[in-house]
Amino acid sequence: MPYCTLWPSSSEPIQLLPQNTMSTPTYHTIDTSALAKRAGSDRIAPSLYYDPQLFEEELERIFYRTWVWVAHESELPKPGDFVTTTIGRQPVIVVRDRTGAVNVLQNRCRHRGATVCEEHKGNAKGFTCPYHSWSYALDGTLRALPYGDGYEGVCEKGDLPLKKLRVGVYQGLIFASFNESIESLEDFLGGAKPWIDLFMKQGAGYPIKANGEHKFKFKGNWKIQLENTTDLYHFPVVHKSWMKSIDEETAAVITSFMTSEDAFCRSLGNGHSLAVLVPEIVDLDKDDGAPLPERFNELAAQLAQKHTPQEVRRIVRSLMGVGFNLNLFPNLALSMAFFRVLRPISAEETEIRHVALAMDGGPEEANRVRLRIHEHFQGPFGFGSPDDAEAWERVQRGSYAGPDVPILVNRGLNRETTAQNGEKTAHATDETGMREAYRQWRVMMEQA
Amino acid sequence: MMDDRNALLSDQTFARAIEFIWLEAELLDRRDYHAWLQLWDAEGMYVVPIDPNTTDYAATLNYAFDDQHMRELRVQRMTSGYSASASDAARTVRTVSRFTRSSDSADVVEVKSSQIIIAYKRGVSTVFAADLTHKIGMKNGEPHLLEKVIRLINSTEALNAIGFLL
Repeated sequence: MPYCTLWPSSSEPIQLLPQNTMSTPTYHTIDTSALAKRAGSDRIAPSLYYDPQLFEEELERIFYRTWVWVAHESELPKPGDFVTTTIGRQPVIVVRDRTGAVNVLQNRCRHRGATVCEEHKGNAKGFTCPYHSWSYALDGTLRALPYGDGYEGVCEKGDLPLKKLRVGVYQGLIFASFNESIESLEDFLGGAKPWIDLFMKQGAGYPIKANGEHKFKFKGNWKIQLENTTDLYHFPVVHKSWMKSIDEETAAVITSFMTSEDAFCRSLGNGHSLAVLVPEIVDLDKDDGAPLPERFNELAAQLAQKHTPQEVRRIVRSLMGVGFNLNLFPNLALSMAFFRVLRPISAEETEIRHVALAMDGGPEEANRVRLRIHEHFQGPFGFGSPDDAEAWERVQRGSYAGPDVPILVNRGLNRETTAQNGEKTAHATDETGMREAYRQWRVMMEQA
Repeated sequence: MMDDRNALLSDQTFARAIEFIWLEAELLDRRDYHAWLQLWDAEGMYVVPIDPNTTDYAATLNYAFDDQHMRELRVQRMTSGYSASASDAARTVRTVSRFTRSSDSADVVEVKSSQIIIAYKRGVSTVFAADLTHKIGMKNGEPHLLEKVIRLINSTEALNAIGFLL
């Protein structure tokens, strides 16, 4: 691989890593052979929630090695459209270039390391570093730097683009990886793909569009949130106040999984898992003809002025999303009607984003109802998320008591079955999904 | 035309509006949410936007976009004892100041102000700073809230969960 040196040949050269080289672990301070003891198949050590050295290794071995979700294509409809985000601690830009390709670029000037973009989103012709005006094209190419005579014979502009990550897109979901040799995104998603396809049907014939987001932080480890997406056991307890605020018909449907034998939790491989809470709306193309919820009568009447009765049913039946939560290891969940994105900040702090979804080009009145449904539950001021955050912070605080007392993730082991493809299934309230996440966690953490 | 008499009436209206906003702040810090509900016009809207520039709140995602029904549900949630975050909510002390009158008529006065809330919970104090806009109806001499918009200065960043009313 070609290297560029920035030092005269008489001095010790500084080697720049070649383009697309994966992030290299800087140290190995943990005993990986002990991980199986700390994260067993049905219980984990509390220190998994607060060990700072372990956290650093998680960034290196998981977040800087696997596929991490960074954006949805609808956020970048035009060339030059970009969003900025962070993988682990590394800021990146997700940008559509002039050819229409999506690039994920390290948000770091190749000169002295300053970020080249601090906006959350926008449209740009390129990115210029505020420090010495090195400017980059939308594909990361270094276009210009001022007073270039100081670099003549020292290095070439062509060797100093913004570093690119590997990019994969599935159903509009944009993933990126620092690991150039990683398996294909499709292989990584594996058994989760059919469920992603089903999730996207809530567009009711329209493409799915990201339509704003709630962002909040909680003082707890990222894995507490990872566990939560397929933890339906908590729902009627933690979200009692939300259920008291909705109509009885909806509350009954949402919590029917507690006693339904058709609701289930399933491991899907590679750390991914699924929790089906309303089996009747897993596939929105299949209309069982049940009456539409009464609370949407007014909306249905409005929609009927411009849509066929079949279209009205399809749109209204999709308003609450699909009847399942899909957890994609390590940072994304497709959760009924929204995307949940987690970002580890430190061993004891995590950022959560709840991305609202809309029908792109669909009826505005229905998209507004979707916004109100999202506001009702999600975000730091919603009727649901603050109670989740409270429970997660209690877990973090409580986990310090009794460092030798394990956290249990063994619910439903007594009724878990394994299919020929290896997928394990148990009841919707069981902890099969958490066990799958920790299985993948061990695999990745034990890698050299 | 603003003669001395009208100016005096207008100043009195402004002063009453400020007094009303401070009363609201007091009720919220004391978590007297049922009394707070009584300050509102039935058509009033309580809004905490995310987008710093939006004025079309219905078409965008907000932190809160409450009509009377949603306000009542929110108060019910916060006082019912069923919500762990609300039952163990931060204690707050808020300061509302920097009042300016952005418009007024015989019946409605609009007041912009700043609000700084210190929220204390489990050893940590968190600041919530915001620009406020109150639209206050003055019909029949009794002030009532027609709209309150709370624009947090960090609305597009990650916030901590909020178990109280802004």
